[in-house]
Amino acid sequence: MKAAIQPAGLPGRRGHIFVEKPKNAWQVMLRLWRYLSRQRGALFLILFLLLLNITTTLLGSYLLRPIINNFIIPRDIPGLIRMVVLLLTIYGIGAVAGIWLNRLMIVVAQKTISVIRADLFSKLQSLPLKFFDTHNHGDLMSRFTNDVDNVSDSLNTSILQLLTSTITLLGIFALMLYISPLLTLVTLVIVPLMLLVAAKIIGKSKGFFTTQQAALGAADGYIEEMITGQKVVKVFCYEAMAETEFEKLNYDLRDKATQAQLYSGVMQPVIQNLNTINFALTATVGGLLAILRGFDLGGLAAFLQYSRQFGRPVNEISGQYNSLQAALAGAERIFQIMDEVPETSDAPEAVTLANVKGEVEFKAVTFGYDAGKTVLRHISITAKPGQKIALVGSTGAGKTTIMNLLPRFYDIQAGQITIDGIAIKHIQRADLRRCMAIVLQDTHLFTGTVLENIRYGRLEATDQDVIAAAVLAGADSFIRRLPKGYDTVLQNDGGNLSQGQRQLLNIARATVAKPAILILDEATSSIDTRTELIIQQGMDQLMKGRTSFVIAHRLSTVRNADEILVLENGEIIERGSHETLLKLQGKYFELYNGQFD
Amino acid sequence: MKKYFPFFLLYKKALILAPLLVIIDVACEIVQPDLMSKIVDVGVGHKNLHYILQTGGLMLVLSIIAIAANVGNIYYSSHASVGFAAEVRKGLFKKIQEFSFSNLDKFSSASLTTRLTNDVNIVQEVIMMSLRLLIRAPLMLLFAVVIAVSINAQLALVIAVAIPVLGISMYIILHQGFPYFEQMQRRLDKVNAVVQENLVNVRVVKSFVREDFEKKKFGRTNDELREMAVKASGMVVMILPVMQLVMNISIVAIVWFGGNAIISGSFQVGQLMSFITYITQILMSLMMLSMTIMTFSRARASSDRILEILNTTVDIVDSPEAKEKDLLVQKGKVEFKNVSFKYHPDAEAYVLKDINLVVNAGETVAIIGATGAAKSTLVQLIPRLYDVSKGQVLIDDVDVRDYTLPNLRNNLKLVLQQNELFSGTIKQNLKWGNPQATDEEIISAAKDAQAHDFIITFPKGYETVLGQSGINVSGGQKQRICIARAILRKPAILILDDSTSAVDTATEARIRSSFSTHLKGTTTFIITQRLSSIKSADRIILLDDGAIIGSGSHDELLKSSPVYQEIYHSQQLVS
Repeated sequence: MKAAIQPAGLPGRRGHIFVEKPKNAWQVMLRLWRYLSRQRGALFLILFLLLLNITTTLLGSYLLRPIINNFIIPRDIPGLIRMVVLLLTIYGIGAVAGIWLNRLMIVVAQKTISVIRADLFSKLQSLPLKFFDTHNHGDLMSRFTNDVDNVSDSLNTSILQLLTSTITLLGIFALMLYISPLLTLVTLVIVPLMLLVAAKIIGKSKGFFTTQQAALGAADGYIEEMITGQKVVKVFCYEAMAETEFEKLNYDLRDKATQAQLYSGVMQPVIQNLNTINFALTATVGGLLAILRGFDLGGLAAFLQYSRQFGRPVNEISGQYNSLQAALAGAERIFQIMDEVPETSDAPEAVTLANVKGEVEFKAVTFGYDAGKTVLRHISITAKPGQKIALVGSTGAGKTTIMNLLPRFYDIQAGQITIDGIAIKHIQRADLRRCMAIVLQDTHLFTGTVLENIRYGRLEATDQDVIAAAVLAGADSFIRRLPKGYDTVLQNDGGNLSQGQRQLLNIARATVAKPAILILDEATSSIDTRTELIIQQGMDQLMKGRTSFVIAHRLSTVRNADEILVLENGEIIERGSHETLLKLQGKYFELYNGQFD
Repeated sequence: MKKYFPFFLLYKKALILAPLLVIIDVACEIVQPDLMSKIVDVGVGHKNLHYILQTGGLMLVLSIIAIAANVGNIYYSSHASVGFAAEVRKGLFKKIQEFSFSNLDKFSSASLTTRLTNDVNIVQEVIMMSLRLLIRAPLMLLFAVVIAVSINAQLALVIAVAIPVLGISMYIILHQGFPYFEQMQRRLDKVNAVVQENLVNVRVVKSFVREDFEKKKFGRTNDELREMAVKASGMVVMILPVMQLVMNISIVAIVWFGGNAIISGSFQVGQLMSFITYITQILMSLMMLSMTIMTFSRARASSDRILEILNTTVDIVDSPEAKEKDLLVQKGKVEFKNVSFKYHPDAEAYVLKDINLVVNAGETVAIIGATGAAKSTLVQLIPRLYDVSKGQVLIDDVDVRDYTLPNLRNNLKLVLQQNELFSGTIKQNLKWGNPQATDEEIISAAKDAQAHDFIITFPKGYETVLGQSGINVSGGQKQRICIARAILRKPAILILDDSTSAVDTATEARIRSSFSTHLKGTTTFIITQRLSSIKSADRIILLDDGAIIGSGSHDELLKSSPVYQEIYHSQQLVS
């Protein structure tokens, strides 16, 4: 009797409205199984408890037959007492099994999902920069949130419920057959009808879902775009146009969604109703059999219990099927990332790097982000230890690209880059990156204290080291004015700090790392010139005695460089000191006078 | 909730019919076990074949009526819930179009988008649910209790015990589980925050070789999440087994008491069978009801977020006088008269303090000052993106509040610092500036903004699709398209708010020179950091901490203003 208790059609199940299908369900399931099977022991225990639970349920219902036939009708009260005690024992065992199997499943599911999450995160850490530059962050986030959630929900409940429903269905069927093969025929007429209706509705609703999905995508996309650009909409008085446009999309979505909703909503009630018809027919035919063929009353009672329970597992299976599909589609997207190619591992002969002097050389380097599309051509740069090299040129000339090559964020296609005479591809990647620090224009920070954020540059740094670095970078004075000084917790990407302050923290972070080589990529370009002056002092301190590469928009910041390289269309077109380049009256002269005429 | 009323009204027929059909469905469904018991007790008991067939036929007819009622219910509730959601979405979208900048500043775009998409979907689901389950479950419960009592009032005492026992245990489980869920959500947010930070900081992580450090950090937050998830979900999965147990014990009780009653002759086998069915029905409905209520409380948050928008008072609207006068901006003279401004009325300090400034039609004015000097704020008062807190902004000697917003903004173009292009072709984007523009006008504006040359290098030229489905232009190219869009109609007033920062200086100089020939009569405001752009202006306004501290030509300011000298030298450094 209690198999009927599965909450068929739990209200508001997400999987019900928008279902996306995995492309290769079997493969995804196999991979999920590989994760789950790490806890094979627990899974076997769960399966055992599940079988025990279902058996007690079905047995309990069946016992109604001997209770009625052998004890109630013959008026055997002591026998009835015995049976009641037996029933209580069976149900007690069932309850204990039920509680444990559900709790165990949660433990297994959550352990599995946390392993998947950790694997996904580790994988992300191992991916090359190219991956992050070519993938939308929102999409990656949604794999961590929505997709992992879907898999988690499914592992928590769907698998168990699918198993329960299927086994219960089979069990009920077997017992029905055992009690009365003739009466089972009635069910055999109705069940195919149920399946037929379910299949028809699922088939129909699939088409409606696809059209609904398209309409939903169009409407959601329009909403997102118009809201992000809302200020522009207002400046251009585009409100009325936007409303008209949206109204079209919105009503289109309404019409498509109504159809989809109608078809998806109608299935469960109708199957339930068909089951009621089954019940009505069974009761009638059972009653006739009792009179005409002496079918026992207890048997009829048990049979009717079963037939009433029949619709629910069918509904349950079709409901869970949808969430399982959504979960598999999510898992597929997760596995897609896991299958991305990681950064190439270090060559076996790769050397370690210690006491770096900081001599950097680019020898005729050629590079393109995509094969066949060169971005840099024949770039040659020589930087002696302690020198300051500036890269200037218009947007898109390839300055940042050059600096992506030195830490091997991207690998070059031709030529060679060396540090202290060693080709960087022969240096262990971790060592290579450890000998340099990068300060970028985007000043992102981590959640944590100011101290932790600066220490990120060198984890072993003592508090004194951190403070010394902050002093050198010119960040100490503002940090001390923060509510809790160095222990102030930064949240939301340091939202409570100004951009200039965040940049100073980034410079302090680079300072504490004590790198031999420094890369400053437009580190001050979105800061006003007065603030820049303060930051500049910090940076000058930092650059002292280190080989530095500076990319700057404002030429004022680079004129004291040892060498200035002017880039255009991926090639170095001029090089020399500030004075030489001005005398040349070429591109640099033009750029410079554009700013200072 | 009053705000929803007009939306509901549009679908009132469906909203009335759907619950009525549920009542029919429940009535047909609930009498089935009772009829079944009569087949057993009367039909089989008295060997009355005719009675069995008659009753069976009745059961069948009722089931078919129930199917019809159900299909009808789903039909109407789909229409009502989806339709209602569409109206809410439309209402929200319309409201946001009416929002002023200060209204918009209160919400992030992501939060507004979520409200129009996810939140509306959740409300839709809940309405669909209410029109069926929320009515069906209590009705089932009620009808089943009534029938059970009418069959045997004494045996119904079992129900009177079972309902509170199940109710209380559900309450305990949910009550205990709820705080766990809240904590789980917080830990989930933490996990997501770590991922998010790693995505934006990927270059930092990689350059400092902190991959393992981050993995460990993630491992800790991940473990914390798992512990809480096991606790929280572990509570919820107790519901089913506990429910099973309560139900099974009730059934055993009925078998015992009912069995004894049959033995003593006051009860019948068929009745026992139907009684068991009814108690199953009652407890299931109870569980369904509490689950439904749980979903409801989740949807409440969504509904609150939707209502928050619908209830927002729009603070910049056209006054009746403005509509009546219907004035147009003609020449483009701009005047600030004793203007003070703060973003929030409760804020202590003003962002702009007592600004007095007259800019004549056709003049080009550069506004400079440190970050936070309120340069952008100043210019955003001109198209009434915000309203002044004190004083007046006048255009052609008329208060900006006496123009209607379309009249004011149509002849006044502001290129924002954070500018957006929309998906669609380049041409469609440019036409925002003037929907009636001809191809010649578009090309000429693009040429003035130095955008034409790169646009024609794209294979499809002006028909190139931008945005998610199309190509991405670079920052500098985007800025130039935005400028072209703004000058398409040759506005009387043009404001460029740091809108060439990603354009190189040579290109910028060319833009300036084409402006001086093709936008002669246009009053132009330029906010910039670049000295070269500043120097070409007719006048430079120096803003510091929300006040004008200097005004004049480059040479004048260089002589008179120490702050200007400092800015100038900071750019020149050693020279």
